[in-house]
Amino acid sequence: MNSDCIVIQGSNMAECHPVGFQWVVEARARGAKVFHIDPRFTRTSALADRYLPIRAGSDIVLLGALINHVLTNELDFREYVLAYTNASTIVSERFKDTEELDGLFSGFDPETRKYDPSSWSYEGAAEEAAAGLRGEQLEGGPRHAEAAGPDQYGAGGAAAPVRPPTDPTLRHPRCVYRILRRHFARYTPELVEELCGISPEGLAELAEAITVNSGRERTTAWAYAVGWTQHTVGAQYIRTASILQLLLGNMGRPGGGILALRGHASIQGSTDIPTLFNILPGYLPMPHAYLHEGLADYLAQAGADTGFWGRKRSYMVSLLKAWWGEAATEENDFCFDHLPRLTGDHSHYTTVLRQIDGTVKGYFVVGENPAVGSSGGKTQRLGLANLDWLVVRDLTLVETATFWKDGPELATGEMRTEDIATEVFFLPAASHVEKEGTFTNTQRLLQWRHKALDPPGDCRSELSFYYHLGKRIRARLGDDEIDRPIRELTWDYPEHGEHAEPSAEAVLREINGTGPDGRALSAYTELRADGSTRCGCWIYCGVYADEVNQAARRRPGREQSWVAPEWGWAWPANRRTLYNRASADPEGRPWSERKAYVWWDADKGEWTGYDEPDFERNKPPDYVPPEGALAEEALAGTDPFIMQADGKGWLFAPAGLADGPLPAHYEPHESPLRNPLYSRQANPARRIYHSPDTPYNPPESPLFPYVLTTYRLTEHHTAGSMSRPLAYLAELQPELFCEVSPLLAAELGLVNGGWATIVTTRTAIEARVLVTERVTPLRLGGRTVHQIGLPYHWGWGSGGLVTGDVVNDLLPIVLDPNVYIQEGKAMTCDLRPGRRPTGRALLDLIREYRHD
Amino acid sequence: MARGGWISRWPVLRQLRGEDGRGTAARSARTDALRPRVEEADSVARSVCPYCAVGCGQLVYVKDGRVTQIEGDPDSPISRGRLCPKGSASKQLVTHPGRQTQVLYRRPHGTEWERLDLETAMDMIADRVVRTRRETWQQEDGGKVVRRTLGIAGLGGATLDNEENYLMKKLYTALGAIQVENQARI
Repeated sequence: MNSDCIVIQGSNMAECHPVGFQWVVEARARGAKVFHIDPRFTRTSALADRYLPIRAGSDIVLLGALINHVLTNELDFREYVLAYTNASTIVSERFKDTEELDGLFSGFDPETRKYDPSSWSYEGAAEEAAAGLRGEQLEGGPRHAEAAGPDQYGAGGAAAPVRPPTDPTLRHPRCVYRILRRHFARYTPELVEELCGISPEGLAELAEAITVNSGRERTTAWAYAVGWTQHTVGAQYIRTASILQLLLGNMGRPGGGILALRGHASIQGSTDIPTLFNILPGYLPMPHAYLHEGLADYLAQAGADTGFWGRKRSYMVSLLKAWWGEAATEENDFCFDHLPRLTGDHSHYTTVLRQIDGTVKGYFVVGENPAVGSSGGKTQRLGLANLDWLVVRDLTLVETATFWKDGPELATGEMRTEDIATEVFFLPAASHVEKEGTFTNTQRLLQWRHKALDPPGDCRSELSFYYHLGKRIRARLGDDEIDRPIRELTWDYPEHGEHAEPSAEAVLREINGTGPDGRALSAYTELRADGSTRCGCWIYCGVYADEVNQAARRRPGREQSWVAPEWGWAWPANRRTLYNRASADPEGRPWSERKAYVWWDADKGEWTGYDEPDFERNKPPDYVPPEGALAEEALAGTDPFIMQADGKGWLFAPAGLADGPLPAHYEPHESPLRNPLYSRQANPARRIYHSPDTPYNPPESPLFPYVLTTYRLTEHHTAGSMSRPLAYLAELQPELFCEVSPLLAAELGLVNGGWATIVTTRTAIEARVLVTERVTPLRLGGRTVHQIGLPYHWGWGSGGLVTGDVVNDLLPIVLDPNVYIQEGKAMTCDLRPGRRPTGRALLDLIREYRHD
Repeated sequence: MARGGWISRWPVLRQLRGEDGRGTAARSARTDALRPRVEEADSVARSVCPYCAVGCGQLVYVKDGRVTQIEGDPDSPISRGRLCPKGSASKQLVTHPGRQTQVLYRRPHGTEWERLDLETAMDMIADRVVRTRRETWQQEDGGKVVRRTLGIAGLGGATLDNEENYLMKKLYTALGAIQVENQARI
């Protein structure tokens, strides 16, 4: 709303987040310039000032060229960059860039295909041990590379020296600024034209707009969605945008930032309080068998001791106390050993392969539909078919519950119902109006939903299901040592109603935490490391401050400032814009009146403004930390990025990423083009699975000449179980279609409204043909590259009023090495006119593509 | 409303005569008698849309134990009363006839669903968790203590409440089940 320029890239915001898009429309009406960069022209493009078509999978080239433009022409917001980023920090001489090693950073082990990041460290980090930083915190060595995903660092990122050597003149050849200049020098307008398909004129217009609309008086925002995350270099896409936005001084300021447009009602919440393998609530890492011997050892390696992450012991001990109560004592490490240990990647796709190999026996699937919604659907269904038991909880009979009865493998003869031994329990779920609780939206805002009515029949909330399941399990335990973590678990919530529904407010209060007096805590700074406080998720501490459900606050927006601090509650501490100390200059004054947000009030001796300051309220701008200080006291009054070890925005990440301290362009795992930058075609650290059921299309294969990308429609939701059964929505979007350009349609003889078959080495599916100029053929390096778009909402079941082939069945299982997200936005495929074969003939067709 | 016989009160005729077709002339006895569903509701709950992560405010109207309407909440500073096609259709999400309200069970190698009592199903699931956990318990891995089971996995969470995810993570972790994942990985 406060932006002067908005770039939407990797997102179709108008169609996928329509109500959020109203603010873009308002900003534009006020004069903001809006760009949309996407493989397809959509309603977002129609409402933008400028649409730039791009080849899926090439965004780092474009963003890298913008960084190159900013650095070469010295258009960075120099005062911001010098004060708030690590631009002047000097990096170890052991660091070698991709530009020196032909696409590899220093530290790569070709056998494990993993990086040892120790050579990426700041200058002198190895000598820091004497200055208080322990050797094991320096994130080095092959043992580290083997055992630690970047998830092992927690929310604070990796440990790094709090005051590394710097060169404020930015002349030192190994200072971050100079490293960036060299690294991005080859990301030129010519390369953008060759790899992205964007003309030098289009690039120049974008570059001009974002630089003119950044600085003291103006701000530019970037918005992205899974069009950026679902790549084998997905985390590095966002890193590239972070570098650019830090150079332009757009972080922590009104109208700036990089906005992740998330796609599920509480996908943010399910990351904060994670149903994810690698983290505990509040981004504390799960303990690892080969890294952590006990609590002290775990904390020593769980990231920095400086910055607010330096309080990690109080966060962790309070979590252990919330879970194991009186049983958790100082003497027993607060039951730290009750936590199970990781030994590597236990993510979704690895787990599915463990179903196929027989390791996983029982599986709970709640509010998710992997038989349709995950990449390589056949692998998912083979996993389901090899379980002992499966529990599915949903509103409808989703395909994951019915695969044994009506899955596509029955039609091809690859499975027979009678052969499938999986015992399946389907339990109907309560809908969002039949239970109370909080969702956390894409802006970190927790909003409480009041219950409208009781759920019908056997329908129950997940809260009820897991609470009562836990009670039943506890009733079945003996005094065996392996049962102690469950026996001693705090598992006692007030029940109400005829179904004995546990109290969601009591759970929220436990998440918030309580003090020694048993009263609800107000802020995470009240958490103690001695076991006297309990808190289920430290970043949510304060959501129940003063014994009031702050997430249920609903003071109308029109009665508040535009920040609307009394609507719901945002973590942390109800701060609406993170790192907002950066909205003021180093002296604490707003960068400009126009962009005033949070500033230092010298008379009162405190930070004030329109938002809660994301900073210690009384720390003056001229505060200089004493030698050897820890936690937040180690950060200066000019260090806005308070979760980082050094309080700086990291243009260069000395540790914390699995695939390099800087982004580099690699082609998608499946690409029709050769990478002209390096002989490394694709991300060398990407995660590949060697599974016979999900082979890969070879790069540059003439069999798979087209770029395939997938996306959502306004009228449907993800795998479709929440939209296909609804008459209104099914009628609006009844059928799966593929979008192709008129040129490609003419080449292949495709007719609008007719059928086409889309083929990969995984399978072939059929879709109606939509011939449209919204998909632009791109001229890349003298050849024409066609892109094909497929919405992925259809399936055969879920009580759907409309059915269609499963698009995700086409997709490969190849992952980003940082976050284990699959590459679902840039693949290759073949396209043929007509319907796909059925039965055995479908397998014969795929066999041709696999062997040729 | 215009007086006179039914012909002269006929909206089409009045619009043709030049009265404002968007105002009084469009009204009839039937439309005058129409009342909004929300007016007759027994209760209204303040809620949040369950689809994407924008977090639009919803007002959920209930009459006689049924959801009769879901509308945007004009008080929300995020959505200002607006809902997209999915949010606007969400009454159907909770009332559509394809929604399942009964527990179903498929025995190993079975060809059809069977009915099962909810309490029985809960007991059977608890039995399986306890048994599988015990059978697949892993105390050590390569000499390191791990205290876990790779025999039980869970998937889902991004469509659920924070409180639900919290209990799920807490219970799974206490059980030693580490393969816990959700849509955020996708």
